[in-house]
This record gives sequence, structure tokens and C-alpha cells, in this order.
Amino acid sequence: MVAVIAAGIVGPMSERLEELLRGAFPEAQEVGVLDRTGGGDHFHVTVVDSTFDGLSLVAQHRLVYDALAQPLRDGTIHELRITTRGEA
Amino acid sequence: MTELRDRIKGTIEQEPVVAFIKGTHEQVFCGNSDRALQALRGVGAGFATVDVLPDPRIREELSALSDWPTIPQVFVAGELVGGADIVQELALTGQLEATLDEKLGETWRRPGDERTVSVTDGPGLRVVPNA
Repeated sequence: MVAVIAAGIVGPMSERLEELLRGAFPEAQEVGVLDRTGGGDHFHVTVVDSTFDGLSLVAQHRLVYDALAQPLRDGTIHELRITTRGEA
Repeated sequence: MTELRDRIKGTIEQEPVVAFIKGTHEQVFCGNSDRALQALRGVGAGFATVDVLPDPRIREELSALSDWPTIPQVFVAGELVGGADIVQELALTGQLEATLDEKLGETWRRPGDERTVSVTDGPGLRVVPNA
């Protein structure tokens, strides 16, 4: 059976992003990386972490951008959607 | 500080609501930019837009100023409110209106009052067209 590239499939880029996020948020209740197009460059990441409690959404997303600074800078992420939540 | 960065900063400070997007309010070239504008329209806000596409330096200088790596970026009363995901989430939960009320009073309710402003037009700046 030939593997079909589809949205949501786990590719090497998804794994790299998840690794970076888990490194930045080691205590996270949830870390999710969705490859939205299957092309390895349009992602939707979700992080649920108590670090976010009491932070503005701008501050929460900045922490995610910081964690993914390298792939954002080198252009491997073309588009990034972010969902963050605290645990409180 | 560069002249371009000064102009971007001036626009952020002068415009009550300004969205830096790919395209103009009349023709948006990016789904995320469009999501941000739809969120603003959904609450009946008037806004200005700045197109970052004519010159890559606009985006570079903007991100250096705002410490935010992606486009769109929506500012209210000089402060970054968020990108597309945040503005959309705030709109869904009613917090976008609350934020606008808090920062601008009632003056932001100007549905359909949309325009595109340039940060590169004017003397002293050479506009580099997109390749």
C-alpha cells in the first residue's frame, strides 16, 4: 500500500516542531502539531501549559514563536497557526 | 532608527486600529490577513491597513519593532493585539469589542470605514518593487 500524503500526516517537519515545543514546554499538558496541507510547511500547533496561566494571548504566542524561532527564520515554516491555553 | 521604521511606528501610533497585511483592504492576498480583517469587520470596527508586500523591508522593520515574526499584525491604540489567530479568537469570545472599548472608547465603531495607507510613499524613501 502506497502512503498517501494527506493533511494531518506526521512527517519529519511535524516531528521536529513537536520536539522543539516539548523542549520549550517540558511540563505541557498537551502539545499538538498538525501539518495542515501535508506539505511540511503549513502547520497548526497547539500547546496547553500552566506557563500560560495569566499571560495575554500575545505573550503566550510569543513563547511559541520563541520555541520555533529557528524554523520560522530559515523559512521551513511558511504558515503557522497557533492555539494556546493555560491550565487554570 | 531608519526612516522607514519611523514611518511604521508613526502609523501604529496615529491610527486607532491598523492591520499590517499582505494586500490591501480591497484586495487581500493571504488567508490569514483576510481572517484578521473579517474579525475586525465582524465587530463593526473601522480600520486602516498597510500592505507589506511592496517592499520586503516593511515586514523586516515591522517585526523588529513589534517583536512579532508573522503577518498579519493588528494594532489598537499603538499596541499589538495579535495576529490572525488571536484577533479571530478575541472576536469569537467577545473580547475584541471589549479590548477596542477599553483602548478607544466608542470611537472604533465605524463599520465600512476602511482604507489603505502607505508607509513608503513620500519624499526621501526609495520604494523597491517586489521582484
